[in-house]
Amino acid sequence: MSAIDLSLLDLGLAALLLVVNGAISLAFGLRLETSLAVAAVRMVVQLAAVGLVLKFVFAQSSPLWTLAIAVVMVAVAGWEVSQRQERRFAGRWWSYGLGNATLLLAGGLATLYAVVLVIGPEPWYAPRYVLPILGMVLGSTLTSVSLALQTLTEGAERERAAIEARLALGATRLEAFSDVLRRAMRMAVTPLVNQMSVAGIVTLPGMMTGQIVAGADPAEAAKYQIMIMLVLTGAAGLGALAAALGGALMLSDGRHRLRLDRLAFDRQGSR
Amino acid sequence: MLRIDNLRVPGLPALSFEVPAQECLAVEGPSGSGKTRLLRAIADLDPAEGYVTLEGVERREVPAPEWRRRVRYASAEPAWWARTAREHLAAAPKLDRLLSALGLDPALLDRPIAELSTGERQRLGLIRAVADEPRVLLLDEPTSALDPQAAALAEELIRFQMLAGRMVVLVSHDAQRVARLAHARLLLAGAARPGTAQSVAA
Repeated sequence: MSAIDLSLLDLGLAALLLVVNGAISLAFGLRLETSLAVAAVRMVVQLAAVGLVLKFVFAQSSPLWTLAIAVVMVAVAGWEVSQRQERRFAGRWWSYGLGNATLLLAGGLATLYAVVLVIGPEPWYAPRYVLPILGMVLGSTLTSVSLALQTLTEGAERERAAIEARLALGATRLEAFSDVLRRAMRMAVTPLVNQMSVAGIVTLPGMMTGQIVAGADPAEAAKYQIMIMLVLTGAAGLGALAAALGGALMLSDGRHRLRLDRLAFDRQGSR
Repeated sequence: MLRIDNLRVPGLPALSFEVPAQECLAVEGPSGSGKTRLLRAIADLDPAEGYVTLEGVERREVPAPEWRRRVRYASAEPAWWARTAREHLAAAPKLDRLLSALGLDPALLDRPIAELSTGERQRLGLIRAVADEPRVLLLDEPTSALDPQAAALAEELIRFQMLAGRMVVLVSHDAQRVARLAHARLLLAGAARPGTAQSVAA
């Protein structure tokens, strides 16, 4: 059994719902109609492009193409992490580099582990498995890493005096940062814990829904979803640890000094 | 002997001076003249060019945490990271003696820090700074929040530290206290005048 293919007409029918939204916006003067239209067009173009690109890459089934797409995904996710920070490491490349390195480490390891060791497709780099899982892992790890960095930089500023007091008493920089580090990692992993607790009760996760609609046995789909949730949680923990440690090292120097001067508040508020 | 040689703290003229063991150097100057910055640079809490040598060892020759166990900066408003003072002082020997020297009830150790008065916190901060017996004490306004009685006890404690062979660099706005404790003084004018330690007639 497989999914019913959607025709363009079907998509057009779905788009009618957007027209309803537009009408509501006009009727109540919400002034959302332009942004709705722009967002809808973006969504259509982006998803269609992704669909075509993936179709092409799946057809090639070449390790190089898979790697190329994976690199682009990590790069974009790393950019997103650095964009989400209110306080950036002075020199935005540091911020970008830290986000990227963390995502590459945590996302890459978790994805490889899930695909190669857990699923074990043939060949192991099969893009049909690697890319969607990498996408889910990056999307989730991105949030964890952003939360970890946000909590870390906020904590370092707020608790500057306590951190410096510990340094002045002879603590190493990681000892001085320990409370802030711990809080950053907790904050980063908590959403995953919550997500696991409600999975299947409050939410039917996206991957499982997709597989069921595509005709998979719900019990099989559940197994995949369980595997994904475990991998996502593992990646979040790893990402949070790497981001918090990396961030703490960047906010201090080799002489164990607190270097908040390396933190630039993003006043332009790009988002 | 603590030797400061051509230390270039940002915003201050290059500084050179010495503090022999058992002596106190008072650093004076108006607010904003860089007294705290100087103390922090000596403790290597902020980057500064130049040399700081304690008993023949330059600060870069030892790991920074070790340097700060020998050269201790104590802020005017001590910061705390745990709930009670005891958690900050767990490893301190002679704790009881230090507490009674400053007129503090040992029961304070187990009260939440947030419930203590500013003066109690300042005295506990002073105890925390001296408890592990650093060689140099960089004291930034150690008595600013104390009543005259408590301040006199704190002054006694500082004097005792000097007798025990420590070097003290003191920032204080209390001219009489400075006159009683300091063997030399360093005036930071705030302008780009060369700062040198001047001896004071005892």
